[in-house]
Amino acid sequence: MTRIGRQTWDFSRGTGVYVGGVGTVAGQLESAGPLGTNFDFHLENDRVDGDTWEHSEQSMFGKAAQIALENARVASEELDVLVGADLNAQLTGFYLGLRAHPVPALGVYSACASICEGLAIASLIIHSQHGERAMVGTSSHTSTAERQFRYPTEYGAQKPPTAQRTVTGSGVAVLTNQPSAIQITHATIGKVLDYGIKSPWEMGAAMAPAAADTIAAHLADTGRKLTDYDCVATGDLGHIGHKLVKELLHEKGLTDTGHLTDCGMLIYDSSQPEVFSGGSGGACCSLVTFGHLLKEMLAGRYQRILVSATGALLSTVSTQQKDSIPGVSHAIVFERKDGM
Amino acid sequence: MSVTKAQRDNYQQLVKKHRPARTIVKNTIRAFIVGGLICEIGQVIQTLFIRYGHFKPTEAGNPTVAVLIFLSAVLTACGVYDRFAQWAGAGSAVPVTGFANTITSAAMEHRSEGWIAGVGGNMFKIAGPVIVFGVVSAFFVALIRYIVTHL
Repeated sequence: MTRIGRQTWDFSRGTGVYVGGVGTVAGQLESAGPLGTNFDFHLENDRVDGDTWEHSEQSMFGKAAQIALENARVASEELDVLVGADLNAQLTGFYLGLRAHPVPALGVYSACASICEGLAIASLIIHSQHGERAMVGTSSHTSTAERQFRYPTEYGAQKPPTAQRTVTGSGVAVLTNQPSAIQITHATIGKVLDYGIKSPWEMGAAMAPAAADTIAAHLADTGRKLTDYDCVATGDLGHIGHKLVKELLHEKGLTDTGHLTDCGMLIYDSSQPEVFSGGSGGACCSLVTFGHLLKEMLAGRYQRILVSATGALLSTVSTQQKDSIPGVSHAIVFERKDGM
Repeated sequence: MSVTKAQRDNYQQLVKKHRPARTIVKNTIRAFIVGGLICEIGQVIQTLFIRYGHFKPTEAGNPTVAVLIFLSAVLTACGVYDRFAQWAGAGSAVPVTGFANTITSAAMEHRSEGWIAGVGGNMFKIAGPVIVFGVVSAFFVALIRYIVTHL
C-alpha cells in the first residue's frame, strides 16, 4: 500500500482491487423512484413476510449478499472476509443478516459513510494480500431508523422540509483481486468535523463540511481536479446539503462542480410523498453507487468516478444531551478498465 | 486543525441562507382549521349522545372523548393518521386525537418486543411527559384555586 498525501490510500499499483459483482435490494418507495428499475430486487412490502422491521432489514441484507455472490460467481466459502454496517444499534442488520455465511466478519461504523469505510478496509485487505475476495455492504430501513433515532412509524409528527427520508434497501459488492471492468484505485479517509449543527432534522447541513473537506483533501493528495472525474457523488446530503457542499467547495476554490451530484437527490423524485430534502441512511449511498453509478460506468458513460459517502455522528442520547452533530465522509475512486 | 468559532459562525450563516423558510402562516391556518374541525366533530358526537343517548350534557363528554380516541386509534392502525398529521401539523397534534395517536403508535411500534416489556413498557413513551406535566400542573392549579377560595 502507498499512502499519498495525508489521507489517501493508493491501490492503483501492485495487487489490484476490482468489483466482482454487486447486489441491490430496494424498498417500495425506492423501487418506485427514478432509479427503481436499476435495482436487482424490489420489495413488494417494506415489512418482509409480515415480520418485524428489524428482521425485514436483515432479510434485505441477506438477499443483497446472495445476489452479489451470484453476480460475482463466487461461493460464500470462497470469501476471505465480510465488511459491513448498518444503522441499528450494535450493527444487528449486518451481523444477524449475514450470520449464515461462514466467513470472518468485520462490522464497521461511520453512520451513513460506512459503505466507503467498508470498501476502503476491504480494498486494503485485498491490496495488501490478506485476502483475495471480500464482501462489503450496508443496509438501512426507514422504519428501524425511525424507531431508533426518532418516533414510532405511525406517530403523527410534522417534519420540516430539511428532513430526509431513510432509504429502505441494501447494497452489497464483492471485491476481488481478479481483474474486472471496474477497479477501486483510491480511498480517502475523512476527518470528523464539527460545525456546530444541533438539529437532527438538518443532517445534510451537519455532513456537508465533512464532504467538502474530504473531496478537497482527496484532490490535494492525488493532485487531481474535479474535472478529472466524470461524476463526483456525495452520499446522502439531500437537496439542501448539496447546495451547501457546492458553496463550500467554491469557497475552497473548487469551482468546477458541474459533475457534482448526491445519491440522496438521485434516489427519489421530489414529487414522491414525504421524501423532503432527499434520501439518507446507510443504504442510500450503496444502493445508488452499486445500482446506478457503477452501471453507468459499465455502459461507458463514466470512466472515473469519486464517491464520498457522508455520515452524521449522533445517537439518541447525544441529541437529547444537546451535543452538536459532527460529520464524517470517506471517499472511494472507481475506475473503468477498458477491454475487460 | 480543528474548526474555529469564526468558521462555525460563517457556516451557520450559510446554512441559514439555504434553509427553506418554514411556512408558518400556512401551517397556522391549517392547524386552526383542522384543529377546529376535529373539535366540531367532537361537538356533533356530544350532541348526538345528548339527543339520542339520553346523556346529561355534563356527562356526555366522556363517551365523546372515547369515540374520538377510538377513531384516532383506528386511523393510526390503518397508517393514515401520520400522513394526515404531516399535512395538518398542530391541528392534529393538539386535540385528544393526537394524544391517542402517540399511545397507539408507540404500542404498535413496540409490539415486536412482547406484551409486557414492549407494549406495556413503551406505550406511554411519548404520552408520558404529557401525563406527568399535566398532573403536576393540575395539582398546582388546584392548589392555587384552593388557596384563593379559602382566603
